[in-house]
Amino acid sequence: MMFIYFIAGLLAASCFMCLYRIGHGPTAPDRSVAIDIFGTVVVGFVCLSAVVMRKDFYINLAIAWALVSFIGTLALSKHLEGRRFDE
Amino acid sequence: MSSNMIVGYIFITVGAIFDFFGCMGLVRLPNIYNRLQAATKCVTLGTIFILAGTAIVTADPAISIKAGLCAVFVLITSPTGAHALARGAYLSGVKLWEKSVVDKFKERAEEIKSQRGEAR
Amino acid sequence: MRKITLMIFSFVIWFLLVWPFDPVTGKLGLQSVIAGVVVAILVGLLFGDKIARELPLSRVFSRIFWLLVYVPMVLWYVVIANLDVVYRVVHPDMPIHPGIVKVKTTLKNPAGRTMLANSITLTPGTLTVDIVDEYLYVHWINVQAEDVEGATKKIVSKFEGMLRRIFE
Repeated sequence: MMFIYFIAGLLAASCFMCLYRIGHGPTAPDRSVAIDIFGTVVVGFVCLSAVVMRKDFYINLAIAWALVSFIGTLALSKHLEGRRFDE
Repeated sequence: MSSNMIVGYIFITVGAIFDFFGCMGLVRLPNIYNRLQAATKCVTLGTIFILAGTAIVTADPAISIKAGLCAVFVLITSPTGAHALARGAYLSGVKLWEKSVVDKFKERAEEIKSQRGEAR
Repeated sequence: MRKITLMIFSFVIWFLLVWPFDPVTGKLGLQSVIAGVVVAILVGLLFGDKIARELPLSRVFSRIFWLLVYVPMVLWYVVIANLDVVYRVVHPDMPIHPGIVKVKTTLKNPAGRTMLANSITLTPGTLTVDIVDEYLYVHWINVQAEDVEGATKKIVSKFEGMLRRIFE
């Protein structure tokens, strides 16, 4: 199963590029976008673990991660618009 | 190694390659709106491909159905998050790229800002 | 009616997420189903008035048919969009001409407009920024038409017919 390592390497490279944009991004919205994309890449990574380990609770982790990442994105975008969270 | 595993691993590999190019767009493109565009599209499709590959490889209803639900969920929420972020970025004052051709959103943004100023 | 809609919907989601069959024997686990029914009834009673809307019950089968046609079409456009983006990203000169244009839609239904905005975001080179009544502001990575009519023709028209058949 060598190419599992190849796929994991591609996903890890994606994660590191997102981390570069989170650390280096010139403005705050750049970082928010990178955080959003990072969440979606991690969903793919967790699914890869589900394939390798053959345990179904990894998919539950993926669903929960996708939900939390979506809520976090909405909260960040509201903060960027300059609104409070109760509007 | 059965045939459904081969098909599933092909799906997962294609998805990982799309993820990689999406994040490459996140690093290379010049401005936040272009980055958002490239990254959202490629990473959404890549993750959906990985989820479909997971469903095909495992061929276990408990995993496949959850993977399908998760794919539908990502397909619905990812564009929503993207345009919330684009609107937030514009209203927080990030300008378009300097070589942009046209900007029809400027007057609308000023309208929103003036309405909010009156509300306060 | 709204409460019953939300109850059925949440019970189906619960059933698919929990999948209460024993992995070895394949028997239905009754405890999970009962817990799901209780939670679905509670959710329906508490949030039915706030979240759910009345189902459009006229022409149900034709709506479902057009939805089944629409989803593969959108997936096909998504694949094309990705190849387009990959081309623009790996090309050394990055051939992009970005800008925000304004397009007009004739859809009246809020759900239809939301689906239109999501479809626009997923298809080649476009990203919805805001919706104001019947105008959508779209960030376009390769602007080909700057005025409202031309942009509407290029971006919106390929989805609008199908969405009108589904939602109105």
